[in-house]
Amino acid sequence: MELLNQVTQFVISGLATGAIYALIGLSFAIIFNSTGIINFAQGEFVMLGGVLTIFSLNVLHLPLVAAIVVAVAVTTIIGLVFERLAIRPLKNATPLALIIITIGASILIRGLVMLLWGKDTQALPAFSGTDPISIAGATLLPQHLWIFGVTILVIVGCRLFFNHTISGKAMRACSFNRRAANLVGISVGRMVLFSFVISAAVGSLAGVIIAPLTMTAYDVGVMLGLKGFCAAIMGGMGSGLGTVLGGLILGTLESLGAGLISSGYKDAIAFFILLLILFIRPQGLFKKGETERV
Amino acid sequence: MKTDRIKFLVFALVVLLIPLPLSGGYLTNVLIFVGINSVLALGLNLLLGYAGQISLGQAAFFGLGAYGSGVLTTAYAMNPWLAMIAVALCVAAFAFAIGFPVLRLKGHYLAMATLGVGVIVNIALNETVELTGGPSGLSGIPNLQVGSLTFDSDLKNYYLVWVFALGMILLSLNLVNSRFGRGLRAIHDSEVAARVMGVNARLMKVQVFTLSAFMSAIMGSLYCHVMTFISPSSFGFSMSVELLTMVVIGGLGSVYGSILGALLLTLLPEMLRTFQDYDIIVYGLLLITMTIYLPGGLAEGIPALFRRLVPVRKVTEGSDA
Amino acid sequence: MLSLNGIGKRFGGLTALEGISFNVGKGSITGIIGPNGAGKTTLFNVATGIYPPSCGAVLLEGKDISKLPPEGRARLGLVRTFQNIELFGKMTVLENVMVGLHTRSSSGLFACSFRMPWQMSEERRIRERAMELLDFVGIPELAAVQAGTLSFGKGRLLEIARAMALEPKILLMDEPAAGLNSSETADLADLIKRIRDLGVTVALVEHDMDLVMDICDQLVVLNLGTMLAEGTPRQIQDNPAVITAYLGEE
Repeated sequence: MELLNQVTQFVISGLATGAIYALIGLSFAIIFNSTGIINFAQGEFVMLGGVLTIFSLNVLHLPLVAAIVVAVAVTTIIGLVFERLAIRPLKNATPLALIIITIGASILIRGLVMLLWGKDTQALPAFSGTDPISIAGATLLPQHLWIFGVTILVIVGCRLFFNHTISGKAMRACSFNRRAANLVGISVGRMVLFSFVISAAVGSLAGVIIAPLTMTAYDVGVMLGLKGFCAAIMGGMGSGLGTVLGGLILGTLESLGAGLISSGYKDAIAFFILLLILFIRPQGLFKKGETERV
Repeated sequence: MKTDRIKFLVFALVVLLIPLPLSGGYLTNVLIFVGINSVLALGLNLLLGYAGQISLGQAAFFGLGAYGSGVLTTAYAMNPWLAMIAVALCVAAFAFAIGFPVLRLKGHYLAMATLGVGVIVNIALNETVELTGGPSGLSGIPNLQVGSLTFDSDLKNYYLVWVFALGMILLSLNLVNSRFGRGLRAIHDSEVAARVMGVNARLMKVQVFTLSAFMSAIMGSLYCHVMTFISPSSFGFSMSVELLTMVVIGGLGSVYGSILGALLLTLLPEMLRTFQDYDIIVYGLLLITMTIYLPGGLAEGIPALFRRLVPVRKVTEGSDA
Repeated sequence: MLSLNGIGKRFGGLTALEGISFNVGKGSITGIIGPNGAGKTTLFNVATGIYPPSCGAVLLEGKDISKLPPEGRARLGLVRTFQNIELFGKMTVLENVMVGLHTRSSSGLFACSFRMPWQMSEERRIRERAMELLDFVGIPELAAVQAGTLSFGKGRLLEIARAMALEPKILLMDEPAAGLNSSETADLADLIKRIRDLGVTVALVEHDMDLVMDICDQLVVLNLGTMLAEGTPRQIQDNPAVITAYLGEE
């Protein structure tokens, strides 16, 4: 019974971090689908969400809701500026050049945050207290509920946006065939910009809602970003349910592995899964393989 | 061919003479690390600049080399030279084994996979505390010895490291100007065409990956004996990114460019002492601006600038070394 | 020489090729023609191992090579050129041909980095042979030029020289005359005949009917991924099915 309770506990906290990975994975997929870029600075958007919220709260003394809005808005602007200054001027956009540039942006953002706010780990207070709610012998924090709630809202929001608005449909058109999208009058350049903006917003939101649980600092982006990528890979780089499932599976496995085997290797679990999937099923867990036309 | 030889001889002579006026001071110490970083960057450049395959896990091979030698020579009191060779061969075998599945991936996926390998190795170095000492590091590693000569001063270590480095630079120069190097560059330009021309792209990519791992491991061994103390933080993702920056700044596909990149990026933080940890801001800016405005790196930029300043003299093409 | 047995290729739900079977006779020049989208380039991609076939087998001199990767087939003498010219643009013209001699040389990682004596002499041999091949296609003066800067016509010649470096038994050429002017096409026809005279079997995909009728001994007509007809140029010219495919129903 003791073990069962423990396992339930691990699964609950795993699902919560998994939901975060799912959101980050989604933000990877949004950019990838309309541009073919894997943005190595994605984790920094997540980090910025948390760090900027704390800054707005503690230094600007804004109320929590306003602080979150400011953090997400500023991160979104940074995403926009990033696309304008680093992605757009690139003439010969080979994957190699894009990898190097996004890595450059990632360490640049990280360095600037370190310069401005130092290296300390900071915590964001939980949104609605820390009184645990007891379910089936395991405890659930109010923050967990926030995470699940926000994640579901964002996913539903993205669904609606991509399926029911002109801009969303145009972005999907770009993901299927950029040339054809351009021919029917869609401004591909603007869609690329949009994708960075939306992706930065989603990523930073993920950073905001996880900050009360895990604390945040200038360097949390790397790990969070990579795990989000892992979730996206598991879901086949789609912006749908696959990525969400990928995130939840990853979060749960990681939490169980850390709790039952060894906490030191917690981060290695995610990478081990990542490598396994890249080697065995690079098309994702839930998709059928297809020959790519050269 | 002839001019390449002369270029290398001049370079080697400069390298061997530099420490004489410095008389073993602080700068000599820094130049030791320039030598180590040069070879690390060169190894990555063979992979990235010539074969066009990215690796964000190079620091892992460097770390495995350092820790392999460090552990074998302290806990097991093995002969350091023997340990160096054994470790380098093991690391190369490891790279060869993971090379086949890893290098089947392309572009972003390859970057992520190599990054994953690097992070897993780093975690392992941190977690196997009884073997590596964990995050607090491994100390008491002996200096290298040849007969009664112990490499215990900066000057001696300078020559130790640079003799290895020069050897590897020479071998790399030979390699890139040969059948093998042509094959790599062909893969970079068009992998499909290279394979249709009978180039065994899959094998050659793994071979050059293995070679870069081997070179990095040797440098790791030298590093641990020079430092006598190592900790996992020297072999993490940030080191891999630093190496990438060196290669990009120096010039993708340029042997001497890698050395120039290593020189600049090793001296830069030393010169900007007050800057300390914030050097990553400079690296970030350099990576972005160089990729956008000077994709050929300094190896291409400096001659171009020179041509602009001295327009009359015609600089001969085709010396890509 | 080269036999295709019941080749089929599907991309997802799309059938690009179905039931393609024919032989390319030793020493012949075989033309593969058909309207756009007939599957000609896909057929070459399957034959050279760039795509695996969905069904059927590729035989070279009676040996099944369906499982071999492109580089393995190249080693056995099955070599191709590309419709849009796939040169190694950042390398010189001479180096491009030297890459073509990859299968005719053997120095590996060690011999190359240590400059073994045999590697040095092999390198000299490769260089000389590459120059001969540039002579053969008529562009020796361009040896030191960067391949990416060549005109389309010269690039085509370089691609042929590079392919010939492999000493192919059979050379597959994907639209060799595309993008060439009429005098360049005439030179090309002459070059292809000289290649055949060296004992190399040639198969080509081509739209230029004058060229095809001039040089080919045998023709295969594809339409919508299936085989429409096979025969000598004269037989094909008189084949009503072919005429319908090209000119449409009356």
